[in-house]
Amino acid sequence: MERLIIKSDQIHTWLAKIIETVPRVLAPVKTGSKAEFREIKDANSVAYDTLTTTSSVKASAFPNTETLFAYEKQGTDTKIYDVAEENFLDTVIWRARPCDAVGFGPLTKIFNWDYKDKLYNERFSRLVVVSFACDKADGCCFCTSVGGGPGNTAGSDIMLTKINDKETLVEVLTDKGQKLIDLCKDCFTKADDSIDKESVLAQVPVRFTREQIHDKLAKAFESPIWKAQSERCLGCGACAFVCPTCACFDIQEDAHGNHGRRVRCWDSCGFTLFTQHTSGHNPRPTQATRWRQRVMHKFSYMPDRLDIYGCTGCGRCSRACPVDMNIAEHLTNIANNE
Amino acid sequence: MSNNIYIPYVMVVDKITVEAPGVKTLRLRFQNEEEGNKFEFKAGNFAEYSAFGEGECTFCIASAPTRKGYIECTFRKAGRVTSGLDRLEEGMTMGVRAPLGNSFPLDDWKGKNLVFVAGGIALPPMRAVIDNVLDRRDEFGDVTIVYGAKTVNDLVYKEELKEWEERPDVNLFATVDPGGETPDWKGKVGFTPNVLGEVAPSSDNAIAIVCGPPIMIKFTFPVLEKLGFKDENIYTTLENRMKCGIGKCGRCNVGPMFVCKDGPVFSKVQLNALPPEF
Repeated sequence: MERLIIKSDQIHTWLAKIIETVPRVLAPVKTGSKAEFREIKDANSVAYDTLTTTSSVKASAFPNTETLFAYEKQGTDTKIYDVAEENFLDTVIWRARPCDAVGFGPLTKIFNWDYKDKLYNERFSRLVVVSFACDKADGCCFCTSVGGGPGNTAGSDIMLTKINDKETLVEVLTDKGQKLIDLCKDCFTKADDSIDKESVLAQVPVRFTREQIHDKLAKAFESPIWKAQSERCLGCGACAFVCPTCACFDIQEDAHGNHGRRVRCWDSCGFTLFTQHTSGHNPRPTQATRWRQRVMHKFSYMPDRLDIYGCTGCGRCSRACPVDMNIAEHLTNIANNE
Repeated sequence: MSNNIYIPYVMVVDKITVEAPGVKTLRLRFQNEEEGNKFEFKAGNFAEYSAFGEGECTFCIASAPTRKGYIECTFRKAGRVTSGLDRLEEGMTMGVRAPLGNSFPLDDWKGKNLVFVAGGIALPPMRAVIDNVLDRRDEFGDVTIVYGAKTVNDLVYKEELKEWEERPDVNLFATVDPGGETPDWKGKVGFTPNVLGEVAPSSDNAIAIVCGPPIMIKFTFPVLEKLGFKDENIYTTLENRMKCGIGKCGRCNVGPMFVCKDGPVFSKVQLNALPPEF
């Protein structure tokens, strides 16, 4: 790993070079008072004044809606068309947060633990993640409780940490990252060993540990806590849609006469129909059983089956929840009381 | 098949059998013969069936792997996709992703007596096993089948039921729910679990395979227990709503176990370890 320094006024010179060279650059862009990852063509369109985007950056590898294949019915015959190579673009993610970058870990496990999901892998392998360490946090942030942190480099190819108004530390973490540095070699100088990244990072208090939650969940399936915690849940699914690690999806048909495509769309375990059988029988018939699934999946089933937790502590679900369900509070509750 | 795991095989509907009101069996052959020759599956595996233009749905493969050259699916017309499958005519094409999931441990059952208990539309997943066993008849002991449906008309595989009835090496007990009988019905009248109790097959050196709606399974397990069947000798195949069939879409899990990957076949011992979420 190499440590470099870039002058603040050079950052956009470098970004402009990246935009010029790379087919697609995604960065936070203002959408009203909030920000979302969008494709940018101009370095000046990046929004730097929001803590995080409303949605995570997972759509770059796992789009909200994507074609699985297309088909055409010709008489009694059916022709099938695979997803074309040009749908997969080399992409730089600019100003991801550490909790975004680390989210690709669980996603990659889900899409590869048994069958290999080519569509996800094609997109993910073309991503270069440039993260910005966090110098601020809000009450919804809890990355330090789930193994992350405001300067955690896991999942990033490059990490930028603003040391002061003039200088930013650049940690080059992978070969993919190095290639981006090479686009503007003159922008960087070697970093002095004395530069201390930790001193400028946000303070995010540790509220519980993942292991604590995992151990408590082993005996909590029948607990009344699920009903208590989910009493106000509307089942809107916003938490799943903004989550960097939620990968549950639906498969639907987009048909137009004799041709069409099979599509995959984001789904949520919070929806009634998610598990409802044709007969009407539903293995998860209440919001309490669906909330339990959400927590169990992330903190019990995933660590047991995939050896990874399904939460990065980004706090997006809590910020997006229309009825203020705060997952960190609920997890703290489970850690302390169950 | 491409390495895109969502692309199905294109299969041709070779034969359509109307089994009962709203229930059909499609016999499917691979359009690409080479793909067909390479294709292998085991009794218990399931598939994702595509009606192009409507979508995909999940059923077990209803034919036995010993019957080469085709696979069959039996379904009840209920929603959009099954209505699409229902509209298919012989010679038309549809999609199949298979084989998916695990299978029944037939090789472990050599020399054992087998007791099959099925209700309604749940005979199809079991028929793959029954036909498989009958095609390897001398490897197994007694074969007892208890099969129930609501009415005489709702019994599926009527032709095969006749064949099994006539075979001296199969004990078939077909039953219909009280009120579902016809004047010339010669089978039993009563709910499947009750008839199983009445027939009382010996649990000695025996394996019980149960498949049916959740309510039937619930009432069948205590009967089997009473007959002396140990949990490790009871098997079932679970059905949960599925989309991907390959452990990713996240909806069929029962606790930490994915019905699509760890199942659909589970022993009662495995079921006992799962949370009550199916």
